[in-house]
Amino acid sequence: MLIDRNARLRETRSWGDYRLLGIDSPSLGRTARPGQFVMIKAAEGAVPLLRRPLSVHDAGPDGIELFFKVAGRGTAILAGKRPGDPLDIVGPLGKGFTVSGALNGKRVFCVGGGRGIAPLFFLARMLAGAGARVTVFYGGRTAADIPLKDKFEKAGFELLCSTDDGSHGFAGLVTDLVGREIGRGKPDHLCACGPDPMMKALASKARESRVPAEFSLESVMGCGIGACWGCVHRIKSGGGEEWTKICEDGPVFPGDRIAWTEWGT
Amino acid sequence: MIDLAADLGFLKLKNPVLAASGTFGYGSEFEPYFDLAKLGGFVVKGLYYGPREGNRPPRLVETTGGLINAIGLQGVGVQAFSEKILPKIRGRGTAVLVNVCGADDDEYVAVVEFLDAHEGIAAYELNISCPNVKKEGLCPALSPRTTARLVGRVKDASKRPVIVKLSPNVTDVVEIARAAEDAGADGIALVNTFLAMAVDLETRRPKLANVFGGLSGPAVKPIALRMVYQVASRARVPVIGMGGIMTGTDALEFLVAGASAVEVGTANFVDPDAAVRILREIEEWCGAHGVSRVRDIVGTLEIG
Repeated sequence: MLIDRNARLRETRSWGDYRLLGIDSPSLGRTARPGQFVMIKAAEGAVPLLRRPLSVHDAGPDGIELFFKVAGRGTAILAGKRPGDPLDIVGPLGKGFTVSGALNGKRVFCVGGGRGIAPLFFLARMLAGAGARVTVFYGGRTAADIPLKDKFEKAGFELLCSTDDGSHGFAGLVTDLVGREIGRGKPDHLCACGPDPMMKALASKARESRVPAEFSLESVMGCGIGACWGCVHRIKSGGGEEWTKICEDGPVFPGDRIAWTEWGT
Repeated sequence: MIDLAADLGFLKLKNPVLAASGTFGYGSEFEPYFDLAKLGGFVVKGLYYGPREGNRPPRLVETTGGLINAIGLQGVGVQAFSEKILPKIRGRGTAVLVNVCGADDDEYVAVVEFLDAHEGIAAYELNISCPNVKKEGLCPALSPRTTARLVGRVKDASKRPVIVKLSPNVTDVVEIARAAEDAGADGIALVNTFLAMAVDLETRRPKLANVFGGLSGPAVKPIALRMVYQVASRARVPVIGMGGIMTGTDALEFLVAGASAVEVGTANFVDPDAAVRILREIEEWCGAHGVSRVRDIVGTLEIG
């Protein structure tokens, strides 16, 4: 079943506006794949009306974790939930990142910008499980915007951080840090999630260095299940391009299929 | 056991709950959530003759108790629909209705003539009221003259019943409904979305790339209910009511106001199984109130 109305908040961790929710939901935990997302109802009733799309931060037999930044009314309500509170969640939804035995022994860069780091913990864990050698890149505006760095380090991942203001790690954009590391040794695969300008820059670096890449796109979503056509991005198909649903055909797309338009999304 | 059947005259439905066009994809998107046969029917996403691009994003913005959309009727066109989609959704124990679009009268006729050659469609819902495809929300449903002309042409061409879906963005919706009826409409569906906009104060730009969009959801329900009542209390043909229906109670209010059936729209986005929940709530209410046939409460609103 793709709806869990009996999910329950197990724990909350917070760093400023960032939240990590641990949720008891065996049905979601057992079926979610890296890069998939859920639609979560912040409150009963009409305000806010729509569910909020959040990517799965981690998953296991007992449930899932979600990581997000408070950005509006919906996420603020979610941030205020307490352990034991019931949650109403549709998911797991969408097509995630490629995790296959073919990546065994290969070098994979996982690049997250800001809250875009959310799906990459689950991904890095599953890639490592498949035998890949994973390097995680984690960029934020300031040291306060990379709150999950300890979690990645504790889990044993090679982690390279960047901050725009230089308050932690590499001073500058995470894309420049990735560029530097590609220069030192080309990875076999690259996965990324973050703001569109970051992913657009990464896509061009990956293309130049001929590194196969996958990107998780973000959008406002009406339904998350392919019914409303609200969350489209320009995607190449056949010889042309079309507005393609992020929720159903994505959110993860191969880099060479994404058309980065002047409008963003 | 409650008798849930709904009677539109030209079409008998197993129950009065349909899923509204534009909120239910082509139907199969909802199969992971429930058996489509539970519905009275569903109206597939609007179809032009050819594939249609739709508007550029952002296409959606949530407002208080509502949703403004400017999708722009992106769709696959009649050929891909009849080859790839229709065979999967027909004969499933629920009525399939097709929402018919056109850039001009000829295209509406062409869509209907093409689809007439394919089995498995119960009726057409003529979409003369989408606010997102022309500037300033222009659409045929804004004038009785264009409504009558278009309905007349489609009725002459169509082998199937034609339901005309009206816009709420008019001064007198009854006048438009009458024009549709006089031109031969078999039924009337209302309301489509309300022309609306949202502004991002920080950037001082509209939140939708299309500037305007159509507002739906619980925020519009009282206005939709008023319009459905106005039309249903005067119309000779059956009326399908919609606008912000989120619960069985909402649906029953539309039935009491005179709708013979209802369409559930935005609620499908919030809960993929909303339509079947609403049906169950209708059944429970009828059971608790000694109503043995749902259609007996249609138009039972008492005034004065």
